[in-house]
Amino acid sequence: MTYRRLKSHIGINLLRLCLAVTALFLIAFLFRIFSKGLSVISWQFLTTPPKNSMTAGGIYPALVGTFWLTVTSIGIAFPLGIMTAIWLNAYGKPAWLVRIIRISINTLAGVPSIIYGLFGMALFVNMLRFDVSIIAGALTLAVLALPMIINASEEALKSVPVDFRDASLALGATKRQTIMRVLIPTALPNILTGTIISIGRVAGETAPIMFTAATFYSRRLPNGIFDEVMALPYHIYALMTEGTKAESQVPIAYGTAVVLLMLVLSISATAIIIRYRIRKKRKW
Amino acid sequence: MNTYKEKLFKALTYTASLFVIIFLFGIIYSIFREGLPILKVVKLQDFIFGSAWYPTHEIPEFGIWTLIIGSVYVTLGALVVALPLGLGSAVYISEVASPRMREIAKPIIELLAAIPSVIYGLFGMAFLAPAVRQWFNLPTGLNVFTSSIILGIMVIPIIASMSEDALSTVPKALRESSLALGATKWETIVRVVVPAAKRGIIGSTLIGFGRAIGETMVVLMVAGGSAKIPSSIFHSTRPMTSAIAAEMGETVVGDLHYQSLFAIAIVLFLITFATNIFTEIVFLKRSAR
Repeated sequence: MTYRRLKSHIGINLLRLCLAVTALFLIAFLFRIFSKGLSVISWQFLTTPPKNSMTAGGIYPALVGTFWLTVTSIGIAFPLGIMTAIWLNAYGKPAWLVRIIRISINTLAGVPSIIYGLFGMALFVNMLRFDVSIIAGALTLAVLALPMIINASEEALKSVPVDFRDASLALGATKRQTIMRVLIPTALPNILTGTIISIGRVAGETAPIMFTAATFYSRRLPNGIFDEVMALPYHIYALMTEGTKAESQVPIAYGTAVVLLMLVLSISATAIIIRYRIRKKRKW
Repeated sequence: MNTYKEKLFKALTYTASLFVIIFLFGIIYSIFREGLPILKVVKLQDFIFGSAWYPTHEIPEFGIWTLIIGSVYVTLGALVVALPLGLGSAVYISEVASPRMREIAKPIIELLAAIPSVIYGLFGMAFLAPAVRQWFNLPTGLNVFTSSIILGIMVIPIIASMSEDALSTVPKALRESSLALGATKWETIVRVVVPAAKRGIIGSTLIGFGRAIGETMVVLMVAGGSAKIPSSIFHSTRPMTSAIAAEMGETVVGDLHYQSLFAIAIVLFLITFATNIFTEIVFLKRSAR
């Protein structure tokens, strides 16, 4: 009996150790990034372009680039994703097509991001001749974000009680009216939460934009959607692998990482807080 | 009533849903179209099992076995790090921790899963690699060992979050019956709760595997990049993803090197696709039960 108790005690402490080691790893990681990067950040760092072939200056063009890439790609993926989710949830016939669409969504969600990059390069950059540009990168990122947005929107629509729909239909509303005035408004906060999380993911992706949108070094801002851009994640990679002045480039990379990290984490944290609030407030 | 509006709305959402299929086929079509022509020059078995990757030599050789092995090594290494830590943390959070701690831990794990991989790459390259080089007195810290640890840290939140989901769906009655029969907490966890959540846990591991083998930035920055089969975990390696990302810039559209990199993407796609289908089956069985 005591042996079994002892074993249980040891086992549970082993689990505690696992969690502690994980936490330690992650704290060390975050601490290192923030301790090296925070001191680099200043107003000037955020608002000026890089200087002296990336060994000095700021990251303004990369911030602007990431903004445009993210906004454009979500702008494309969001309407497509929400409409797909509506069709799957409210119409969803014939069954074989639903099955194929679901398999496609799951497969797309598991495709490695570098393959998205190759796809974007082959299709948007070379075949459609968009060249390396915001639009080519944003379309690539939109395809990457689409399965995430569909899944989130569908979950949200599913969580609307059937009674709501039945009540609306019973009052004589058509299917479209029920969807637009009952289903969507009820599910919207949850849909937005899912979308916000995918915004965070899209903003941090590097591999898909490597060959479709990003450029190492640019002192000016993009002229339009057919212009190439700098982007925060790619800028970190470029600073670490290109150029020769590591001692002045690595601190800038840390600074850029803190900016990207704060951006992504604050976006995701917003989503998580919104979701938490909804769950608390929800009455059904 | 307004039937044409109804029909238009239905048609619109229907058309939108077809886009996922179009995109998936677009991806498959583009990588096969650009990649398959390499087989006119290299035989399939020489491409897969050939161990000489010299795409830029005067007489180029396109054998990707070393790259496949590189991917497999770092991925398995990552799972060796992430599986015990991720699963252990998940079990602790789900079975031992107080509800309050659980409520805090879950969102934190979710937040961690959102950290961009290039930042992990930066951490590996600028901090862990130099440290590993010093600790083990190596010529370089950019190797299988370091990249496995970094990839592992990256995969932990995925495995932890999904395993925790699986564990939390185990009915409370099972735990209580086990405890009522006199089993200790540990026995309940190991013999009742974890076996009951087995499918979900395997599923989370497979998802973690897929994520790790497809991850580009970390291995590109931390694995070192030498295209030789590493003879020890402290040797540098070049996984498939990092070969694609590192070499694509040197190619000319349509040349043999370009084709061979797309062909690597085909191999990678098939591996992740097979893993996904397998995971689906594991998960589907669970939900059918």
